[in-house]
Amino acid sequence: MSTLEPTALPDKVSEEMEQTTHPGRPRRRRRRSAAGDAARAVTSPWASLVAVVIAVLWTIPTIGLFVTSFRSQLDIQRSGWWTSFLHPGDYTLDNYTQALSSTSTSNIVQAFINTIVITLPAVVLPIFLASLAAYAFAWIPFPGRDALFVAVFALQIVPLQIALVPLLDIYVNKLGFGASYWSVWLSHTIFALPLATFLIHNFMKELPGELMEAARVDGAGHVTIFFRILLPLLTPAIAAFGIFQFLWVWNDLLVSLVFLGGTPDVAPITVFIAALAGSRGSAWYLLSAGAFISMVVPVAVFLGLQRYFVRGLLAGGLKG
Amino acid sequence: MPLNSTRRAAALSGALALALGVSACGSSDSDAGSDETGTEIDCAPYEAFGDLDGTTVTVYTSITAPEDEPHIASYKPFENCTGVTIKYEGSKEFEAQLPVRVQGGNAPDIAYLPQPGLLQTMVATGKVVAPPQEVEDNVDANMPDFKEYGTVDGTFYAAPLGANVKSFVWYSPQMFADGGYEIPTTWDELMSLTQQIASDNPDSKPWCAGIESGDATGWPATDWIEDVMLRTAGAETYDKWVNHEIPFNDASVAEALNEVGKILKNPDYVNGGYGDVKTIATTSFQDAGLPVLDGSCYMHRQASFYAANWPEGTNVAEDGDVWAFYLPAMTAEEHPVLGGGEFVAAFADRPEVKAFQTYLSSVEWADERARTCGSGGCVTANKNADASLLENPVDKLSAEQLTDPNATFRFDASDLMPGAVGAGTFWKGMTDWIIGQDDQTTLDYIEKSWPKS
Repeated sequence: MSTLEPTALPDKVSEEMEQTTHPGRPRRRRRRSAAGDAARAVTSPWASLVAVVIAVLWTIPTIGLFVTSFRSQLDIQRSGWWTSFLHPGDYTLDNYTQALSSTSTSNIVQAFINTIVITLPAVVLPIFLASLAAYAFAWIPFPGRDALFVAVFALQIVPLQIALVPLLDIYVNKLGFGASYWSVWLSHTIFALPLATFLIHNFMKELPGELMEAARVDGAGHVTIFFRILLPLLTPAIAAFGIFQFLWVWNDLLVSLVFLGGTPDVAPITVFIAALAGSRGSAWYLLSAGAFISMVVPVAVFLGLQRYFVRGLLAGGLKG
Repeated sequence: MPLNSTRRAAALSGALALALGVSACGSSDSDAGSDETGTEIDCAPYEAFGDLDGTTVTVYTSITAPEDEPHIASYKPFENCTGVTIKYEGSKEFEAQLPVRVQGGNAPDIAYLPQPGLLQTMVATGKVVAPPQEVEDNVDANMPDFKEYGTVDGTFYAAPLGANVKSFVWYSPQMFADGGYEIPTTWDELMSLTQQIASDNPDSKPWCAGIESGDATGWPATDWIEDVMLRTAGAETYDKWVNHEIPFNDASVAEALNEVGKILKNPDYVNGGYGDVKTIATTSFQDAGLPVLDGSCYMHRQASFYAANWPEGTNVAEDGDVWAFYLPAMTAEEHPVLGGGEFVAAFADRPEVKAFQTYLSSVEWADERARTCGSGGCVTANKNADASLLENPVDKLSAEQLTDPNATFRFDASDLMPGAVGAGTFWKGMTDWIIGQDDQTTLDYIEKSWPKS
């Protein structure tokens, strides 16, 4: 489903890299550095060729899915999508009409709204909490800070699947949320925090300490420093992580199924798509159309925020 | 086959039937009895549970849209009687999600379990609540054949609900008529018909099959073995096989496997429309029978629920594009039927849940299910239901098989065996067998995997 996103990446990355490494070129003539070697390797024509080949290979399944979504049921089930180029004009919008048509028990508009209701808090909450935590880890010295930071990051290794049953037990029996949006928001936040804290911390650590010292001399406390000085500077990192988290939550089926259930009034779009195929999978030919319907929003968000995404990657990756 | 006028007429009538079905379950301007208010039923059986007005019962099933709407419609009379609201949730991930929810303390009130094996697992968690006496009485009266499958260690836990028949062979009546072929009534006739089709039609194959089904790949092949085992070895040996009173690599199982191999592993007989024997493993079960429509395959053995897989506009009827005949037994007198079904397990013992369980096991529900059926698949395990209410031809055919006085009904063996075998090595063994593993190695492999206890 998400194969479309990476395709935009290799070209863009190398393009951006060219731009960012350009100013460093004169210096590289004077002294060959490891970073310079790496940058040159990435910008060589061979590397570009490889990038293009990877991009094409990566896009083929998505194109196949796209072509398939316009073919009739019998064609989809009896022949490969590439054969459809032999009979152009045989395309139909039936799959989209069927996938978009709603019944009393499944309604795609409702599913879209549910997904947005789930996604927005599940993206904002971890970013907010993680940037606060990252600030403390980066700029407030306290005993055991490094050990705690390593512990937080180590949680990244724990697969979320093993937490499903205990978490559900806590929500239902201890907190009394039951199957509600709160359970999903909290779970997504919990699962996202280690990585978010790590990413934002690393970005924050890169900022010059003089900035904080100057602010403190002017009488700013931690709260002012965080909101007035750091937060505006953090935008690329937050946007980069935001896209990650947005895509993850948007495409998530497992967490919402476990904590929210699949009743039509709360089910997100992924549950809707999964149910499209019918009880015994007899209508699986609708899945390609369903995939593209659900893909529209993430692709739009990604294209809109792509600038930040690449900048965020570079900010974390190319130091020194 | 060209799109001649017969076919177009058939397609038209199929579409018409569909439109009628949709209007019958969707709107209230169609004839009485099948509209949104539901049928009037006798409310007396549910008054014993007290005043239930305003309560809610949650139902969790593996039945999703569009098959769920007729299910929901069939609860209307009960809701009208008692004032209970039934909250329905269908999920494709039902089998994986149910254990998580039950262990997490978020169990639904009622779940429809598609396999007795899953019922055993659920009972082992200690969260399943046995139904009230009313349900057991209903089951004794209406569905005695199925009762033992809803029973775990001597305690009756789950009443049967829907049922399907697996012993069917799908075929094209037109192609049979063109070739002058008769519906076989014995196994030998089936084999000689197969031979005849193969020699008459060098361009197509008598059989098509497909066992790919995601992480359940292999199950359609297990149904083949079970159906044939029921015929070659008989029901008693079949029961022993299910309960592991005879080993999985017993001679009787080997004989059944060999018999199936005569069809599924003979390159002259399979795999119509797809290629050689090995393509059976890579063809999805949903697509496997479709070559019957274009003439590249003559017969496809699959359950009654395969009716939903024919593309829209296909006329599924005795004189239509596709139809099914009973997979013949060794002799014309015997009538073993392999089938499956769902079971109603409760995870709460509130009175409204018990009342709803009682309703689901009643003749009234089975009849209402048939009335609000829509697109088919509405056969219930209830023997006393009014079979004339079923409108879908495949449903009628299935109901005939289930209520046939000579029928020996047996539940799908892989659903009854321990999960490690029935939903594991049996599937995998059959898949390996299709792609070239020999009979004995396959049976030994499955036998070795049977859990020791």
